[in-house]
Amino acid sequence: MEQYYHSIYFDEEKCNGRMRCMRVCPTQAIRIRNGKAKMIEERCIDCGECTTTCPQNAILPLTDSFSELSKFKYNIAIPSPALYAQFGREILPDKVLEGVRKIGFDEAYDVALACGSVSFAIQEYIRDYKGQKPLISNSCPVIVRLIQVKYPELIDLIIPIEPPREIAAREMKKGKSKKLGLKEEEIGAIYLTPCPAKMISIKQPAEGGKSHLDGAISIADVYAPLLSAMEGLNKREYKQSLENICIVGIAWSIAGGICRTLRLKNSLGVSGLSHVIKIFDDVVSGKLKNIDFVEAYACIEGCVGGSLTVENIYISYNKILKLIETLELRKNKACPDIREIRRLYKEDYFFIREKINPRPLKPLAENISDAIKKMKEKDEIYQSLPKIDCGVCGSPTCLAFAEDVVKGEAKISDCILISSEKFLKIKQVSRKGEN
Amino acid sequence: MSVENILWEKFNITGRDFKNAGSVSIKIKEILKQVGINSSIVRRVAIATYEAEMNVVMYANKGILNFSLSPEKIEINVEDEGPGIEDIELAMQEGYSTATEEMREMGFGAGMGLPNIKKNADEFEISSEVGKGTKVGIIINLKKET
Ligand code: SF4
Ligand code: SF4
Repeated sequence: MEQYYHSIYFDEEKCNGRMRCMRVCPTQAIRIRNGKAKMIEERCIDCGECTTTCPQNAILPLTDSFSELSKFKYNIAIPSPALYAQFGREILPDKVLEGVRKIGFDEAYDVALACGSVSFAIQEYIRDYKGQKPLISNSCPVIVRLIQVKYPELIDLIIPIEPPREIAAREMKKGKSKKLGLKEEEIGAIYLTPCPAKMISIKQPAEGGKSHLDGAISIADVYAPLLSAMEGLNKREYKQSLENICIVGIAWSIAGGICRTLRLKNSLGVSGLSHVIKIFDDVVSGKLKNIDFVEAYACIEGCVGGSLTVENIYISYNKILKLIETLELRKNKACPDIREIRRLYKEDYFFIREKINPRPLKPLAENISDAIKKMKEKDEIYQSLPKIDCGVCGSPTCLAFAEDVVKGEAKISDCILISSEKFLKIKQVSRKGEN
Repeated sequence: MSVENILWEKFNITGRDFKNAGSVSIKIKEILKQVGINSSIVRRVAIATYEAEMNVVMYANKGILNFSLSPEKIEINVEDEGPGIEDIELAMQEGYSTATEEMREMGFGAGMGLPNIKKNADEFEISSEVGKGTKVGIIINLKKET
C-alpha cells in the first residue's frame, strides 16, 4: 500500500479513547481500537478537526520547529496572510514582516503580492476555460485532499495554477541564489502556517513532484516571540504603510476574498468542511451549472480560522475585511501589473506541470461482482444492528461498523448491544436447562 | 445470472420536500463508490438520479426510486404519483419547462431535467398518464460497449 504522509499524529500515551475525535472526523477516518484512537491513513484528509476537539491534547499537529532553520545558509520566511490578522488593527504587514526578520529569519517575504498575481492568473484561467464548471480553488490542501479521496470525479475542476506560497518560494530561491551566490538547496523557504495541512502539500504534494517550500512553522509558535520582537520597532505612519499592501492578495486569508476583490460575478466563497461537502455534492449532481468558480476553504471563514492561529476567527476576519474596505476607498493600491501577469501567464509561469491523481477509497472488493456481494452482506449486518450510532464498538456509526465487519476489520461481537442480547439469550437457554 | 450479484435498493421521494431533495442521488453515489464503479460513470448516474429526483420533488406528490446494480449494468426506475406529462415530446426538448417562477429563481427546473437524464443514460424510457403519474427508466451499462 502507498504510504501517506499526514500532518497530525496520535499520542497513544495521552489518548484515553473518549471517541470525540471519531465523532467529528468528516471522513470517518478514526476508529477506537483497544481503547485508543487509530487513524485510517487512506481516509484522513488532514483537516485537523480531531486535533482541536481532543480534550486530552492527544492529537498533535506535526509542524516544524525553529531548529529547521539551522539546515540552511539563508532563511526566508513566507508568512501566510493570515499572520497579518493576528495582531491589533494598527499593526500592518510591514511591521509584522520586520518582526519576523528579527526573530531569526534572514528575510521575510510578503506573500500577498504573489497572492495578487495568482488572483489575476486565476481570472485569466476562468475566462479562457471552456470545460465543465465550476472550477475549484486549490490553495487549501485539505480541499484538494478531500477531492482526491471523496470526489475523484471533480479532480479536473481543480485550477492547475500553483498556489502563491509555492510561486513565492520558487521565485525567491531563484533570485536569491543568483544574488548571494548560493545554491538553491542552501536557501530555506519556510512558510508560517495557520494550519498543519500545509505540511502535507510540502511533504507530499497532491500532484506528485516536489514543493518549493522546505518547511512550515506554526503561527501559534511564532506568535509570542513575534509580539516581543515588534515591541521595539519604530512606529510608522499608518497611511504610509497601507501603500504597500496588495489588496487582491491580502484577501486570500478570508473565505470569498478572491471572489470579492476580483469582483468575479458567478462565483462562490465557501468555508467550513461540512459546507464545502454540501457544495461539492451539488457540483456532482450538476446543480451548480451556472457557477464559474468555487473558492473553498476547510476552515470556517478561511485561513484566519486555521487551527494554528491565535486570534479569534471573527476578530481576525474583521481586521482583514476592514483593511480591504479601507484600501478599496483609496486610489493608490499596491498591485501587480496586469499586463505583466498576462505575459507571465502566457509563458507558463503559473501552471502546475503534473496532474493531480485521485486517491479514491478502496472499494469493498477488487471486482464489482464480489463488491456487490459484500455490499449486500454489509446491508444485512447493518439491518441487524441497533442503529443508534453509540460508537462503543469503536466505529463512528452503525453503518461504518457494518462496513468494518465486512472488511474483516471488526467483529460483530464488538457491538455491545448485540453481544448483550446474545448474552441474555445464552442465559435464558441455560436457565431453561436448569429448570 | 445469479441473484447474489444484484443489489436492489428502494428509495422513497417526497414531493415538495426541497430540503432533502438530492439526498437519494448522494446515497446512490456512495453505494457506487464503495462497489468501485469508475468515477465518470458515478458522475453520470449522480446527474441522472438527481434530475429524476428533482422532477418528483418539484411536480409530484410522491415517488419511488428503484435502483439495481449488477456487474453488467445500473438500472434506475422512478415512478411518481403526480400530474403526469401531457406532451412527452415537448417535455423532452431542451429548455422546455413548466417550473414556476419561484422554482426557477431558486435555480430549479431550468428545463434541463428530462433531456439531461437521457443524455447521461445508455437506455432511456418514459411513459406518463395525465392525472396519474410518470415513469422514467434508465440503464447505464458498466461493461464497455464496443
Ligand atoms: S485530521 Fe480530519 S480527516 Fe484526519 S483523522 Fe483528524 S478529523 Fe479525520
Ligand atoms: S482553510 Fe486555510 S488554514 Fe484552514 S486548512 Fe485550509 S489552508 Fe489551512
